[in-house]
Amino acid sequence: MIEFEPVIGLEIHTQLKTGTKMFCPCKTSASEAPANTSICPVCTGQPGTLPVPNMKAVRLGVAAGLALGCEIREVSIFARKNYFYPDLPKAYQISQFDKPLCEAGSVELDIKDAKGGTYTKTVRVHRAHLEEDAGKSLHALGSTQLDHTLVDFNRCGVPLLEIVSEPDMNSADEAYAYLIELKKLMQWIGVSNCDMEKGELRCDVNISLRPKGETRLGRKVEIKNLNSFKAVKDAIAHEIVRQTAALNLGETIAQDTRLWNEKEQKTVSMRSKELAHDYRYFPEPDLAPLRITAAFKEALKQEIGELPKARKNRFKTEYGLSSYDAGVVTAGKGLSAYFSACMAEVLTLKLNVPAKSVLNLVSSEFLARLNGLKKDSVTLDPGDKDLISPANLVIIAALTAAGKLSASAAKTVFAKAWETGRDAQALVNELGLSQVSDTGLIREWALEAIAANPKAAEDFRNGNEKALGPIVGVIMKKSKGTANPAAANSVIRELLK
Amino acid sequence: MNITEKDVDYIAELARLELTPAEKKLYAGQLAGIFGWMEELNKADTSSIAPTTNVLGLENVMRADIPVTFEDREAILKNAPDREYDFIKVKKVIE
Repeated sequence: MIEFEPVIGLEIHTQLKTGTKMFCPCKTSASEAPANTSICPVCTGQPGTLPVPNMKAVRLGVAAGLALGCEIREVSIFARKNYFYPDLPKAYQISQFDKPLCEAGSVELDIKDAKGGTYTKTVRVHRAHLEEDAGKSLHALGSTQLDHTLVDFNRCGVPLLEIVSEPDMNSADEAYAYLIELKKLMQWIGVSNCDMEKGELRCDVNISLRPKGETRLGRKVEIKNLNSFKAVKDAIAHEIVRQTAALNLGETIAQDTRLWNEKEQKTVSMRSKELAHDYRYFPEPDLAPLRITAAFKEALKQEIGELPKARKNRFKTEYGLSSYDAGVVTAGKGLSAYFSACMAEVLTLKLNVPAKSVLNLVSSEFLARLNGLKKDSVTLDPGDKDLISPANLVIIAALTAAGKLSASAAKTVFAKAWETGRDAQALVNELGLSQVSDTGLIREWALEAIAANPKAAEDFRNGNEKALGPIVGVIMKKSKGTANPAAANSVIRELLK
Repeated sequence: MNITEKDVDYIAELARLELTPAEKKLYAGQLAGIFGWMEELNKADTSSIAPTTNVLGLENVMRADIPVTFEDREAILKNAPDREYDFIKVKKVIE
């Protein structure tokens, strides 16, 4: 059997976060509105109308390009892409062709390998350009198949940024990581919400296989209808298996477009007898060129501020975090701001607590409760009164780090502080949760614990170290989690010597 | 430049036009004339002229992102060949 290498490129469409459509002032927030309520003569292609570009969409497109490390074209133009389909009322889509807004960027990914290590992968971005969305076609009403098609133009004309990667990915995991990274970037700079379920992020996959070591590309297959991040990963994994099997049987891969069938977990050929795509692109005569000045780019860069990668590196050097840990707290802009606010409180309150202890509390107790509030690491606001305040969080971390609060007591205090918003130190005092290191008191609990677990005590005497666990467990219970585990440990050892 | 009836067939299909054999012949000839003139134009030296995509000399004609509701959507829906509820109804299309 020949070993094959998959070559994967992704075409991603993100819906830009604007209030109105790309070329007309119809609202974009009409996805759940009744059909054809957010339409006008421009987006439905009535004769004699003229498109006018949305300034915000252009701005977001440039911002996205900058975040992707792209070169922003000084003068870019729109083009008409001609084809007939009922969801495209003008019979052309206004897009960009030979002079796109953004070109030649790249994204750096940290990817876990099979052995549990990580490696860095750079995926080049070929281009990113502005275009308008098409309408929505309905072929069924609920479970009833229709013998005709119904069209809703609410989505028609909504601004999209199409981001095309180079074929630089070689596994389903790499493609998945690229998609996640792109989503993080777009959310970070506020360009798109990237909710795949709402169609704000759509992904088409181009994939081909070639014998390992070969530099020419194999025959490429396009996969569409990928509605979730998992679907992208699964479809690629399936397609690699399918193409490998076919190539090993000496078959050739047909160059076609395939749809992902979620239920059957396989790709199926679209078998459309569509004409070979001939879109006859030409410059859109109704629109003036866009000129993006250096001053505009510079101002936008200032506005975007620190990007996730830079912030991650800063957290590594400033707080001495590992690359992995720094990645955890920079997964979203809001979360990274919250962590920064925590570290600022450590300074203000003159606490002696390692960044790692703060991070542990943020990545466990804090994140676990965030979902419950229907908040996420992208949009959370450090000043949000529904969250535990950064000051309160670092006080708990500091008490724990100083051995004044056991790990289990810290959880209790955290839960109370989260619920009530009250001062952590006051809660510790009130709940009697200060960690007990007094050996006299621990000795009393230990004697009771040993008496209650004669079997474990016997086992431990016979050299079974693990038998210590249940006895310490009883001490923690009796002390309501306040006993210092290290002290409890040494007291038991002393007693059972 | 030679334009065959096969070329006309291809363009007609892309433009969703149905042509009679006589029309095909006519248009093949006319298109050949147009393309011939393009070839003539291609001979002009344009090396010192910047490519033009828009003759008005305008740039960055844009609007602010402020929603405006178009009040007469009924007029648009009336323009459609057929409708069902709020949808525009067309022949069944499945990709």
